[in-house]
Amino acid sequence: MQINGEFQPKIVAFCCNWCSYAGADLAGNNRLAYPENVKIIKVPCSCRVNPMFILRAFQRGADGVILCGCHPGDCHYTSGNYYTRRRMALLFSMLNYLGIEKERTRVEWVSAAEGAKFAQTMNEFTEAVAALGENKRLEDLRCKK
Amino acid sequence: MQRIGVFVCWCGSNIAGTVDVQAVSDALQNEPGVVFSTNYQYMCSQAGQDIIKNAIAEHKLTGIVVCSCSPRMHEATFRKTAAAAGLNPYMVEIANIREQCSWVHKDMPTGTEKAIILGKAAVAKVNLNAPLKPGESPVTKRALVIGGGIAGIQTALDIAEAGFPVDIVEKKPTIGGKMAQLDKTFPTLDCAACILTPKMVDVAQNENIRIFSYSEVEEVGGFVGNFDVKIRKKARFVNEDICTGCGICTEKCPQKKVPNEFNLGMDNRRAIYIPFAQAVPKVATIDADYCTMLKTGKCGVCSKVCTAGAIDYTQKDEIIEEKYGAIVAATGFNPISMDKFDEYAYNQSKDVITSLEFERLTNAAGPSAGKLVRPSDGKHPHTIVFVQCVGSRCAACAEKGKEYCSKICCMYTAKHAMLTRDKYPDTDVYVFYIDVRTPGKAFDEFYRRAVEEYGVHYIKGMVGKVSPEGDKLMVQASDLLANKQLHIEADLVVLAAAIEPDKSARPLATQLTASMDTNDFFTEAHPKLRPVESPTAGVFLSGTCQGPKDIPETVSQASAAAAKVIGLLAKDKLTGNPCVAGSDELMCNGCSSCERVCPYGAITYVDKEFRMPDRTTRVRRVASVNEAVCQGCGACTVACPSGAMDLKGFATKQIIAEVDAICR
Amino acid sequence: MNNSTENLQKEIIRSSGVNPKKCMRCGKCSATCPAYDEMEYHPHQFVYMVENGDIQPLLESKSLFQCLTCFACIERCPRGVEPAKLVEAVRLAVIRKQGANHLKADDIPALLDEDMPQQAIVSALRKYSK
Repeated sequence: MQINGEFQPKIVAFCCNWCSYAGADLAGNNRLAYPENVKIIKVPCSCRVNPMFILRAFQRGADGVILCGCHPGDCHYTSGNYYTRRRMALLFSMLNYLGIEKERTRVEWVSAAEGAKFAQTMNEFTEAVAALGENKRLEDLRCKK
Repeated sequence: MQRIGVFVCWCGSNIAGTVDVQAVSDALQNEPGVVFSTNYQYMCSQAGQDIIKNAIAEHKLTGIVVCSCSPRMHEATFRKTAAAAGLNPYMVEIANIREQCSWVHKDMPTGTEKAIILGKAAVAKVNLNAPLKPGESPVTKRALVIGGGIAGIQTALDIAEAGFPVDIVEKKPTIGGKMAQLDKTFPTLDCAACILTPKMVDVAQNENIRIFSYSEVEEVGGFVGNFDVKIRKKARFVNEDICTGCGICTEKCPQKKVPNEFNLGMDNRRAIYIPFAQAVPKVATIDADYCTMLKTGKCGVCSKVCTAGAIDYTQKDEIIEEKYGAIVAATGFNPISMDKFDEYAYNQSKDVITSLEFERLTNAAGPSAGKLVRPSDGKHPHTIVFVQCVGSRCAACAEKGKEYCSKICCMYTAKHAMLTRDKYPDTDVYVFYIDVRTPGKAFDEFYRRAVEEYGVHYIKGMVGKVSPEGDKLMVQASDLLANKQLHIEADLVVLAAAIEPDKSARPLATQLTASMDTNDFFTEAHPKLRPVESPTAGVFLSGTCQGPKDIPETVSQASAAAAKVIGLLAKDKLTGNPCVAGSDELMCNGCSSCERVCPYGAITYVDKEFRMPDRTTRVRRVASVNEAVCQGCGACTVACPSGAMDLKGFATKQIIAEVDAICR
Repeated sequence: MNNSTENLQKEIIRSSGVNPKKCMRCGKCSATCPAYDEMEYHPHQFVYMVENGDIQPLLESKSLFQCLTCFACIERCPRGVEPAKLVEAVRLAVIRKQGANHLKADDIPALLDEDMPQQAIVSALRKYSK
């Protein structure tokens, strides 16, 4: 998306309910600014994120997708984030093969106490995605208005 | 088609300051399914909730979206509102336009635009919501308290007082914790033992309380109301039921050279020991690392002198399994190691001690029987230097110490300085401080008394170096107000070491699936409104395992945690989380992928008869979810190759709708 | 603070990589400093003065060159402020100051002799023509 001639990436962030969503709330409580490009979808656990959701996001024109979960060992459901870690390692390398640069996808562990880390991660990620420009590789043009 | 109502909250100026709420409610009016859209100053207020209730009745709404603060804040409130108006509470979705929009963005047009998109995503989700009905589960009316310090003791006493059975698990041979090691307590200077030991006796005598001392939690399973816990009762080689605590064995044991951890290694104990005279339970314990009999098979003195015949060298660790409705973590703290602070010469000189060691030195039951002497030569110190903030308030990049303020050091150092000047007026006492932090009832008055009445020298500055020279300690420090560097010849240096959570807390948090912050303190469900609950249902926090605090604060939190536990145990049934997994039997091919990833073992396979299109029947193996056991993580939904498994409340279709709405 | 001091302050902060705002004024740097008594401005004052843009007195002070660069303050600072690096940056600011050299480029030819290596002459010209 272009705003005032400047490229504004669309970024979808999946946040687990227990750690990262609370971390995002903490960033809000502390008024730690991060780009409005980031839109958060709440999931119970990072392991709820089906690779299909990520593909769908790219297909519909997202420029970057980030997944946030509890730190390894801290998952509310004991082992969910380990599944995420493995699944996403596979998915991201496949996406990279398909031409979705690896900077457009990311998994980050953000605990409920890490509001600052959440904001910082989102700042960095948005900057990295903005530097790459628009995602044209997987975008389904039929979905475009 | 759903009939959706959208309610945009201003949250005073919290949202309306950065988001044009009228524009948001207008934009969402045109979304598919939306039949009503409005905005109001405070949706969570009674008047705001009435707007929602009236709209549900008037417009026959089947689903609602509230654009407001975080669902962690008011989702429950709005669900109750919906339920009161006859709508299924799970037909409510929250668009978080405060924490994740208005508070982090500064500019009105971008804030408004993002709020609209978040609202659209929530509307898209509600369009696909289905009414859910939570299941019910019974509550085991017994609580577990992990840690037997003052926090655990108070929590256990309060729960037991309300009539519920409580078990305390303490890893040391006795309860009492750090408070049992203290001498006096600030700011009233009551003797710690005099106020703690009666409570310990109350615990021992309360018939609702069981103490598992010298025990550790081995495994935690289950969920709120129904935890299954395995407790390892370590072998103490003494039969607890027979031992009378007479202490003859601890006098006769020939192995005398065991560092006494209760006195922080400043004197020795025997291989068989009772940590201190008022220990509860007052039962001897054999230290297997030092006992000659256990190591070589030759000795057996304690067994010979024990008239009760309580010694049992063959005792083994015992695993106790018990069910609990609620668990309280009260694992406490420890002073940090001084190894990274070479400049204070802690490891070079015996006369550089930590404040906890100072407590033992001044305690009548301590290694010097309460006489303040130098640990090295037993002489009376004439110049004492106290150093505050040793390892507290260190930046992470300094790579040593802790970032937080340990909170208690200013006050206990004032106490130490005051008591020293009171008992030994011939000593010069210097306290080096960065800031003196005394927020608390009668705290600042206490500190001022130390300065004004007792003549303690408070110096704004830090000690840079301590070097042992002969039998003296040369202290090099700065006096910032005088802009001078000081060189003090001291006899004793006392370091106010930072405190850190006990090392056992981290593995325990993993077992409890309770979250922790970067310092290994347990995190609370909400930093202001739910300070004694962990985000994990049924797990509560008591004392310093949640953050540094002094005794009065610890006791208040302990009682608060007890009140929460009592509230939980008083219920006969708990409503569960209806957002659980469910399998579409027609699509399931019985591959077992979901069963393998489920962390709770909630998925089993059943053989079921299906009618085929040609009117024959066929038996197929399909997945079946036990809804009472499923916690709703969704791992199975992704593992399922055929897409048969889905999660209620977070269905694949719903999340995809959200993705589409955001990317639109 | 006028413009040139502000630029100087920015330059010192940038070249030292030190963020003086991290300082919590505990004074441990000055407590640990072996050259304390020789100095007019002590390590903690250095940090404070740079933070406040009070740089001119530092540039003129002898204490600048009395710091031993022993790094004890860096080692012990609980906030990771690294005062010695700040001292070093102020020194550099003094050295880099235009016109502060004791020689002018024009004075060099008179000092040349035949044995002087070519490289030394070039670098001297480079240095003193600033």
